[in-house]
Amino acid sequence: MRTILFIIQKEFRQIFRNKAMLPIIFVLPFIQLLILSNAASFEVKNIQFSYIDNDHSAASRELISKFQSSDYFKIIGNFESKKEANLQMEKGKVDVILEIPNHFERNLLTEKKTTLSVSINAIDGAAAGVENVYITQIIASFNQKIQSELYQYNDNSFVQPQNIVTIPSFWYNNTLNYKTLMVPGILVLLVTMLTLFLSAMNIVREKEIGTLEQINVTPIKKHQFIIGKLFPFWVLGLMILTVGLLIARIVFNIPILGNIGLIYLFTSVYLLVILGIGLFISNYTETQQQAMFIAWFFTVIFILMSGLFTPIESMPTWAQQLTLFNPIRYFVEIIRMVMLKGATFSDISRPFFIIAIYAFIINGFAVWSYKKTN
Amino acid sequence: MSQEKIIEVKNLSKKFGSFTAVDNISFDVYKGEIFGFLGANGAGKTTAMKMLIGISRPTSGEVTVAGYDVKTAAEMVKKSIGYMSQRFSMYDDLTIKENITFFGGIYGLSRNKIKEKTAQLVSELGLEDAVDKLVGDLPLGWKQKLSFSVALLHEPKIVFLDEPTGGVDPITRRQFWEMIYAEAHKGTTIFVTTHYMDEAEYCDRVSIMVEGHIEALDTPKNLKQQFNVESMNDVFLKLARNVE
Ligand SMILES: Nc1ncnc2c1ncn2[C@@H]1O[C@H](COP(=O)(O)OP(=O)(O)OP(=O)(O)O)[C@@H](O)[C@H]1O
Ligand SMILES: [Mg+2]
Repeated sequence: MRTILFIIQKEFRQIFRNKAMLPIIFVLPFIQLLILSNAASFEVKNIQFSYIDNDHSAASRELISKFQSSDYFKIIGNFESKKEANLQMEKGKVDVILEIPNHFERNLLTEKKTTLSVSINAIDGAAAGVENVYITQIIASFNQKIQSELYQYNDNSFVQPQNIVTIPSFWYNNTLNYKTLMVPGILVLLVTMLTLFLSAMNIVREKEIGTLEQINVTPIKKHQFIIGKLFPFWVLGLMILTVGLLIARIVFNIPILGNIGLIYLFTSVYLLVILGIGLFISNYTETQQQAMFIAWFFTVIFILMSGLFTPIESMPTWAQQLTLFNPIRYFVEIIRMVMLKGATFSDISRPFFIIAIYAFIINGFAVWSYKKTN
Repeated sequence: MSQEKIIEVKNLSKKFGSFTAVDNISFDVYKGEIFGFLGANGAGKTTAMKMLIGISRPTSGEVTVAGYDVKTAAEMVKKSIGYMSQRFSMYDDLTIKENITFFGGIYGLSRNKIKEKTAQLVSELGLEDAVDKLVGDLPLGWKQKLSFSVALLHEPKIVFLDEPTGGVDPITRRQFWEMIYAEAHKGTTIFVTTHYMDEAEYCDRVSIMVEGHIEALDTPKNLKQQFNVESMNDVFLKLARNVE
């Protein structure tokens, strides 16, 4: 234990002596949140909207006018048949086809329910997800009793997505304010990337300058070295989270509906996974450059498959299954749930335990692969 | 000098792929002696030393250091030895005091002991005014003396020095060897590699390694007699010529 304290003390001294460190902790989160939350907005405008009105009733005309009055949709016309409309979608001329069935008005009045069919060009999965939300909202605001059947055009055919309900990540963000949705996610990236890079590079740097060898000739135990080395970065990760949350709250006015303690609880376990990966990388690399490349490789994959930019629900099934191995995915999910939806521990218990198991496995591997003797 | 063996090496080899860096060497080091481990660049000195201190696994052979088998009791060996690597390996971004604290700490010294050692060490080196200076700002000669002292912090039985005087001026080298003598005088065994043949003359015994083999091992005096030359430098040259 004493040995560990000596390492921690030394590590903190070095971290805060490094002039780049304070800007990394305080300025970087701010800039990244500011730029990415604006740039990565999913707001989709000028959606090419077309419809097939088989009913020609007052109700159908009113529904269409709802779309007309929306800023997001550009009505490019109506088609006589589904076939004709699909042809235009295949050519990429239209993004959305709304088909209003016969007796739409009558069913609505007499049976109090009816269905609409919506086809969305889902070549761009992210945009399709957003369009779906807009459409669902407009239809819902017109009449709650309408069920829409959703079809996606993808890979040259129309498929009915398994998930007819709108992509859930958009549900709780009622105002469709993308900053609200993006900021927590970007906070996840920040915490993840900074801790991963800083920890992996730090250990490899000791290899490069030869101090690791010097440490390996001491009777220090593996676990003492690893805990002493990683603990400061664990603290650093929580500090970055804190700075990020403050910026999110104060600058971006993002609500934190749930218990903030839950976010810290999850993050403290999550960081163990990330630090474990960092240690693992540093065990298999000799230079900071190599470590950097490998760390990038993982972060890029993890970020793209995290559901942050592309909703997981609109990924192909195999990719959806792959995301189950992605720690960032769980963090994005949880931070959004807690901040925007006010989720409680029982709501997040499943991803929480998955991450805890993950932490065990990855650190097991990392400790096993750390060798004092080569 | 005692005849008690403190290092025993038997048929030690290290291969990197098909290349044999250390080829079946055997020798003993006695307690309290200054053992010079000589050889040209790439002869395999560092590779051999790393196996003795338990940070590199031998391809084959047996090593016993301070009574412990390196293969099975590497951590016990590590308690008994100090090591100064060929590369300077202290933290440039920590001060002298902070470096001493850290290395003392991971060797298990108490805070009080560390304080005491720090005071003693800086006064011996005449570094009182520099304790709070970053190690990175020190001249190379000072850095090397400092790493030597740090390698001795936990009072090891044996200290391994890998080219401790590489790249410094003759006066500093001289001072460094005085430190080595002083330490040897206390009973510490010194295992030292060097390129400088004048330094070989200061050793109790030297081994000369050529391309992974030990070609000669004796006291400097006996070696000079055996090869019928005036200096260790000539011994070295003769050996190198024989091999070619
Ligand atoms: N990790 C390694 N992988 C492959 N070859 C290595 C490795 N380490 C050392 N060698 C090779 O083994 C040989 C012996 O190297 P070593 O560093 O032991 O020599 P040395 O006697 O210490 O030389 P110097 O005086 O230059 O320090 C060299 O040819 C070197 O290139
Ligand atoms: Mg060497």
